[in-house]
Amino acid sequence: MSETLAGHVKFDNVGLRYGTDPEVLSDLSFTLFPGSFYFLTGASGAGKTSLLKLLYLAQRPSRGAIRMFGQDLVTMPQSRLPDLRRRLGVVFQNFRLVPYLSAFDNVALPLRLAGTEEKRVVKAVGDMLDWVGLSHRAHAIPATMSGGEQQRVAIARAVIGRPKMLIADEPTGNVDPDMALKLLRLFEALNNRVGTTVVVATHDVHLLKKVPDSLIMRLHKGQLSDPTGALRYPPRPSASGGSGAA
Amino acid sequence: MSTLPPLPPGSGPDEDEALPERPWGRAAARLLPPSRLTGPIPWVIAILIALVVIAAAGGLALRNLATSASAGLSSAVSVQVIEPNPELREARGAAAAKVLVGMEGVAGVRQVPEADLVAMLEPWLGEGAGEGDVPIPALIDVELERTAGPAEIERIKTALGSVPGARVDAQGDFLRPVNNALAALQWLALGLIALVALATAAAVWLAVRNAFASARETVEIMHLLGASQRQIAAVFLRDVLREAAFGAVLGGALGAAAVWLLGQQFAALDSGMVSGGGLMLTDWLAIAAIPLAGVLLALATARITIALALKAML
Repeated sequence: MSETLAGHVKFDNVGLRYGTDPEVLSDLSFTLFPGSFYFLTGASGAGKTSLLKLLYLAQRPSRGAIRMFGQDLVTMPQSRLPDLRRRLGVVFQNFRLVPYLSAFDNVALPLRLAGTEEKRVVKAVGDMLDWVGLSHRAHAIPATMSGGEQQRVAIARAVIGRPKMLIADEPTGNVDPDMALKLLRLFEALNNRVGTTVVVATHDVHLLKKVPDSLIMRLHKGQLSDPTGALRYPPRPSASGGSGAA
Repeated sequence: MSTLPPLPPGSGPDEDEALPERPWGRAAARLLPPSRLTGPIPWVIAILIALVVIAAAGGLALRNLATSASAGLSSAVSVQVIEPNPELREARGAAAAKVLVGMEGVAGVRQVPEADLVAMLEPWLGEGAGEGDVPIPALIDVELERTAGPAEIERIKTALGSVPGARVDAQGDFLRPVNNALAALQWLALGLIALVALATAAAVWLAVRNAFASARETVEIMHLLGASQRQIAAVFLRDVLREAAFGAVLGGALGAAAVWLLGQQFAALDSGMVSGGGLMLTDWLAIAAIPLAGVLLALATARITIALALKAML
């Protein structure tokens, strides 16, 4: 089965618990399709960040099966995870910029780790900082930047490697409404023009309406509901129209 | 920020292509601030390496001493003919020498003149040692073609069965207690080296573990951005290499200086036995390899520590 038909990501009866605590995620079964735009919603403590951790390979599930880009994550050896991670872009909830690296070096990090030639890194990072409007702050370290600037550096870092899937955890939580809208437009651009699958976790219900073709996954006490048919294949026609879902 | 810039060629990952690794590249080099290991580790390594150098030099000197003391004695045999009557003693000594000369495997036989024996004993027995109050045996030095092992000694004893009062001893047996003591000291030196190596590994393990803990947030970020374990380990290993090399060179120099000074002190004793414990060129080369071994040990320890720490991460 091709990846398009099979989806980028397939969860099958996945559960996650930390240590011996009760499961924070239970019986998750869904498929994320290439080129789609997903919102992951739910109240605080619903398990959004835990689900994202599974998506960006910071955790393995306690049970169930996950396939990503056609590969079985549960049985995949640890040594092969870096290659898979380099196909993902992640905007962390608290940005997680390296504090002693400049904005330029933070954005350059994924390319340098991937072994990209330094000349290309300089050009790509310059373009990316220009894209997020931070060219003038290229040499600033995170401590001297505002929350919005740090947010944009984190986004630039997440997308500079042109990920196949972008995962953002509350990306608009620290910025004003105007900046939040700009960031969403940026994600949309990435989704529409590059075909990147986007997963944005948010508890801001107003944000959901800003991206009309988006699909919504709702978490409640660690379990998933599917208000827009996001989890079905094929997705509901009205919902998948412009989002690029197969 | 509305227009997505064009992609730099090759900056995005290719689905089916393994990405190149640059574990010693600039990216890896800039992951952590310049100084990461806990403060005193180079000095701890210096002290431990200096101790290893001194212990190793001591062990090598003792080995040389044992070798030097035993040199020439391994194939030497002493035959004593114990007889109070001087005429009879001389006759039996001559008879024993005659038997020995004709034996297979005997390279040389020398009957030590009685005057020489008296001269050797005078420092202990005083003048007139040979005047009859103390009977002096007839002594024959025998040089064998091979090592004077128990079988050879037994063969000579059998051959001298016709000479009453003949006693056969391997000359190496006289030094056996000394050699045993020297061997014990060499083992002690080896044990000290092993313990100090263990202490060095433990110090590096603690330092790297602390460094890793303090950089954990950064390591996690790098990990989630796709850094391989090799890339992350390379950063720590570079710091370990730098600090261990500094400590090892300093410790090696201090230890070598101490060994040289001790050597000068012992040389000043001008004692025949002690002079046999000097260090040869090969010994100094072995000592020079200790700092290098220390650095390699530190790197191996750090590599294992980091691998274990990274294993705990997904």
